[in-house]
Amino acid sequence: MTRSSAPTRPGADPQRADRAQTSRADVAIIGGGLVGLTTAVGLAQQGLSVCVVDRQPLPATLDPAFDGRATAVAHASKLLFEALDLWPAMDAHAQPILEIRVSDGPSLMHLHFDHDDLGDGPLGFLVENRYLRQAMADKVAGLDAVEVVAPEAVETIERSEAGARVALASGRVIEAALVLACDGRGSATRSRAGIDIMRWSYDQMGIVATIHHELPHAGIAHERFLPDGPFAILPLRGNRSSLVWTVPTAKEPAIMGLGPRGFEAEVRRRVGDFLGQVTVEERRWSYPLSLHLADRITDTRLALVGDAAHGIHPIAGQGFNLGLRDVAALIEVIVDARRLGLDIGSAEVLGRYARWRRADTVVLAAVTDGLNRLFSNDVTPVRLARDIGLAAVDRIGPLKTFFMRQARGSIGNRPRLLDGQAL
Amino acid sequence: MGSTVERREVEAFGRIAGQWWDPDGPMAPLHKLNPARLTFIRDRVGDHCACPRGTTAPFEGLRILDVGCGGGIVTEPMARLGARVTGLDASSEVIGAARAHAQAMGLKIDYRNMTAEALAEAGEQFDVVLALEILEHVADVDAFVAALRALTRPGGAVVVSTLNRTAKAFALGIVAAEYVLGWVDRGTHDWRKFIRPDDLAAALTDAGFCHPEWRGLSYDPLGDRWRLSNDLSVNYMGIAAG
Repeated sequence: MTRSSAPTRPGADPQRADRAQTSRADVAIIGGGLVGLTTAVGLAQQGLSVCVVDRQPLPATLDPAFDGRATAVAHASKLLFEALDLWPAMDAHAQPILEIRVSDGPSLMHLHFDHDDLGDGPLGFLVENRYLRQAMADKVAGLDAVEVVAPEAVETIERSEAGARVALASGRVIEAALVLACDGRGSATRSRAGIDIMRWSYDQMGIVATIHHELPHAGIAHERFLPDGPFAILPLRGNRSSLVWTVPTAKEPAIMGLGPRGFEAEVRRRVGDFLGQVTVEERRWSYPLSLHLADRITDTRLALVGDAAHGIHPIAGQGFNLGLRDVAALIEVIVDARRLGLDIGSAEVLGRYARWRRADTVVLAAVTDGLNRLFSNDVTPVRLARDIGLAAVDRIGPLKTFFMRQARGSIGNRPRLLDGQAL
Repeated sequence: MGSTVERREVEAFGRIAGQWWDPDGPMAPLHKLNPARLTFIRDRVGDHCACPRGTTAPFEGLRILDVGCGGGIVTEPMARLGARVTGLDASSEVIGAARAHAQAMGLKIDYRNMTAEALAEAGEQFDVVLALEILEHVADVDAFVAALRALTRPGGAVVVSTLNRTAKAFALGIVAAEYVLGWVDRGTHDWRKFIRPDDLAAALTDAGFCHPEWRGLSYDPLGDRWRLSNDLSVNYMGIAAG
């Protein structure tokens, strides 16, 4: 009789109480943002069980005040959303970008990207983030294989060859074969894993606001390289545009502190009069700009995805699209492995993801960083060089096509989902 | 029925039992070979048994035997794909390691420390019998293949993979893998035991299987991965209906 050493009453033993709150999923996703939810949808549609943990309750992230940004969805990213059946709910809110005009301050030289040069539909789409989130939240709600645990905080993550255990503040434990860090640029999951990041700070902030204008934008996105940094006017549905105004960090408090009329006056001065009368919506947001790359994007039963793995300067609107390339590659690697019966959290499977993503990430980060440094400089010789350089890019077909294909995200050995193919 | 097990080789594998699942350990080459082998098994066994495609558990309802299962590098994927799986290995240390790993993975696998001949004598039969990277280690190929036939239910199938008896297989399988690249322990393979596809096909048909369909396994050094190919000169595998 060993009753005393083997308690049978539930709750008599803390270990046992713990087990009562333990659930299993194939994949635990830390972070229910755009990247985390897209990944959850893609995996669940292929028969994997997913548990998404986020500090914020999902409805709060759908509030227009939560995230005022609009995202440039590249052509390849749109194909991914189509493959995951997310695009139909986004389409009504998506503004096609038919043309990109890049100009360099007062210089008359400019770079002009037109989708006719590529002949394969719009260069991309501008969609306000809240509509992207709404489409994802609605899709997730209809997938039995996805459980969203929010609001909830992660206490510890134990990872070993045998499996991963995510312990939550409520006492609940999720056991999974693989943990995905989708918790953004300040990823706590990445820090817990002891993965270092390289960071370059630009000492710049991006101020985001929405304007209403009298005249139609005709689907044209404008990027102006002002001495302080880029100023982008991005077309939204209707006679509205999203502004991304890059300023030195030192100047940001003064601009954000302006009253509505003062801010509007500053915006009008920079937009000019080509859109007619301009009014600015009351809400504005600002985000620090920095470039960061994680030393490595995998560890035992862990993969970093999106901003947790890398953040690039949003000058070319590529940060989110780069994140979706992670998502597409990761879904393909996991689903391929699962369909062979392989352990989806094993080193071989994660190694395939890491090798696939490394080159793409480093190249794009370097290109974007170089562009920004070049255009944020007002020293005369540099200015001349870039005036000539810009005009040259406009005349050299192959180079321009390279930039455009990067902007659309259709370069390299791509995951099948980025071609809009089913897995 | 006598055992075709080579005692010396069983002991050699038993010594490294704990390292079967170390991706940088002595079994690293098998882990590399695995996606190509599993692709063949999933697709060809799936065709033979009319399994659903594009799902995560196509082998639901199948009973599969893995002869010479080692630490379970193929056995575990079969269980994840939905099959009821039995794994056999002649080394008790290896079976112990396989059981411990399956338990950690939360997989139900019936591991047994016995030989194919002994199980055949007991009269058990399976929908699919796997004999992968084992033929080059057995003492009597004909007797071993006869045991595989006895274990395969009528209408089932056997899947085999092994090394060809060619100069290239000798060069790559022994000289390169054992000595130059250090992929596998020295003395792992004995070239005299490598089997030509024609000889293996004859052994299979003599035992009562249909003629096997062969595919080659080729190493792609640029991608550092193995692929299914038409080149049977080094590693090859096949499926034969029972």
